[in-house]
Amino acid sequence: MPMSFSRGKKRIRLATVAFACLLVSACGTSKEQLLATTASQVQLRSIQTRAFDTTDQEKTLRTIIATMQDLGFVMDHADYTLGSVSGTKLDRSGLQNYTLRMSVTVRPRGGTQLLVRANAQFNLVQVEDPEPYQQFFTALGRAMFLEAQQVD
Amino acid sequence: MSRMWRTVPGSFAWLLLLSACATQIPKEALRLAPESLPLRQLQTRRFDTGDEKMLLAAGAAILQDLGFTLDASETRLGVLVASKDRSAVEAGQVIFSLLAAFAGAAVPWDQKQKIRASLVTRPTGTERPSVLVRVTFQRIVWNTQNQISKMEPLDEPRFYQEFFEKLSKAVFLDAHEF
Repeated sequence: MPMSFSRGKKRIRLATVAFACLLVSACGTSKEQLLATTASQVQLRSIQTRAFDTTDQEKTLRTIIATMQDLGFVMDHADYTLGSVSGTKLDRSGLQNYTLRMSVTVRPRGGTQLLVRANAQFNLVQVEDPEPYQQFFTALGRAMFLEAQQVD
Repeated sequence: MSRMWRTVPGSFAWLLLLSACATQIPKEALRLAPESLPLRQLQTRRFDTGDEKMLLAAGAAILQDLGFTLDASETRLGVLVASKDRSAVEAGQVIFSLLAAFAGAAVPWDQKQKIRASLVTRPTGTERPSVLVRVTFQRIVWNTQNQISKMEPLDEPRFYQEFFEKLSKAVFLDAHEF
């Protein structure tokens, strides 16, 4: 009896150590997060980008800000020269509080269009699901009275 | 005893799984909800003037009156960002925590908060120039264990009514409902 007890104990200790090793190896060093992305960059760029038939950068940026406010964001920063704005949404889904940060940039494409790119971060992860971006661009297109065009 | 230890890795695995669930963005997070319109009306007023910069400067002054410090601004786009750090202690929570402590349970209470505000102006109107001003507030609350206990928008109508009353007085213009 004492024999089997000690063997059991040893096995559990081994399992715990193995589990700890697994945890450690899964994380690697957290510095690697700096350049880490999970989806392919080309795919992500296409999910996050739309083209609009306008060259009015100021009006586009102002409409982006208004749309973000409609979606519950409080603005963090805006820069006309760089064509960038960012904001934070603090909300609750079910029992969970969450932080959603999003930055949106605008730049000219050819002589007739503007490219709008949005990238969002939900709590500690990058948003790679196409649906939320699609919803954002639908709302933005409606506010701009222009169609958000997919870019290849 | 050994059974108890055996459950430890199991519970860790569950915790990991649970934390993985929390990384999924809710489907409605970037969807324009029907309640966004009444919220927009609550947070927006129209001022009959063509002077957007004057409104922006007055907005900054009101935020300063309320104890906010300015974090960022972009006049060309009509954006002001401000925040303030304040106490979040509420007597009710402290009493509850003390009662719980007598019963042997350690319940933290809310200790400090960061309130954030953004004010955005937008020219509108084709015949008569006017400017829309929209202000939005949110806060993060930390408890006595330095954990975040709340992250929420501040949507109570009285905050917005009072803010726009002050702004209206400062610029000598009526704040029209949007």
